[in-house]
Amino acid sequence: MPAFSFNDTLLLATIVFSVGLAGILVRRNMVFMLMALDIMLNATALVFVAAGARWHDATGQVMFVLVLALAAVETAVGLGIIMCLHAHGRPTLDADTGNLLGGQGRG
Amino acid sequence: MHALALLAASVTVMGAVMAMTRRVAVHAVLYLVVTLLALATVLVMLGASFAAMLEIIIYAGAIMVLFVFVIMMINLGQPDSAREKEWLRPRAWCGPGVLATIMCAELLYCLNPPSGPAPAPITAHDVGLSLFGRYVLMVELVSFLLLAGLVSAFHIGRNRVGGR
Repeated sequence: MPAFSFNDTLLLATIVFSVGLAGILVRRNMVFMLMALDIMLNATALVFVAAGARWHDATGQVMFVLVLALAAVETAVGLGIIMCLHAHGRPTLDADTGNLLGGQGRG
Repeated sequence: MHALALLAASVTVMGAVMAMTRRVAVHAVLYLVVTLLALATVLVMLGASFAAMLEIIIYAGAIMVLFVFVIMMINLGQPDSAREKEWLRPRAWCGPGVLATIMCAELLYCLNPPSGPAPAPITAHDVGLSLFGRYVLMVELVSFLLLAGLVSAFHIGRNRVGGR
């Protein structure tokens, strides 16, 4: 009997995804929102790998590699945007202050 | 469920919760690294060693370094010594240290593998064959995605360096 059954893994992934979702809904700091996105992507990748192990197919790990590339790109672009906002003199990293396209803050 | 599996899963969930509830970003990054290490352990228990190694090398290695780098650059406003003293207090690294010690103990315990039928692992050979056989078009699409990310990150960074 394997250490993780498929149901256990689904439960774990659901909990981790919920934590990430709650984080992205509760936190307003953009760095924390990126971290929450990473946690959610990890949970989905875990489901892919678990399904691949359940039906003994390599496709699950193929999807894991693709999710990994997606997470890398998303983190790089998100952190680049944060650096850009910070370099333009924005005093806070609150995501709600960036609601204007001109970048002038809360209107 | 196996006790070791339960331990790894609980460390994963606990690290995620702690990472989402910290106030200082560096502390959250420490917890997030522990979460990723525990998740890699879960992947190993699922028989996906290749995915676990990728998780450690790329996620806990490369992406977390990006996070740490950006956080270091963003917090440059305060004086250095006060900031480092704030970060190096024991209660900042105690929690991640304890969780990482649990994971390390589990690793040492599993060095001589427990007997019993393990799930047949899916090796990197299978993954590579599948990746560059059936799914080679997706690999090309991912390379497009990486190129787009590279170009956009360069564009954003160039605007910053140019100064406005």
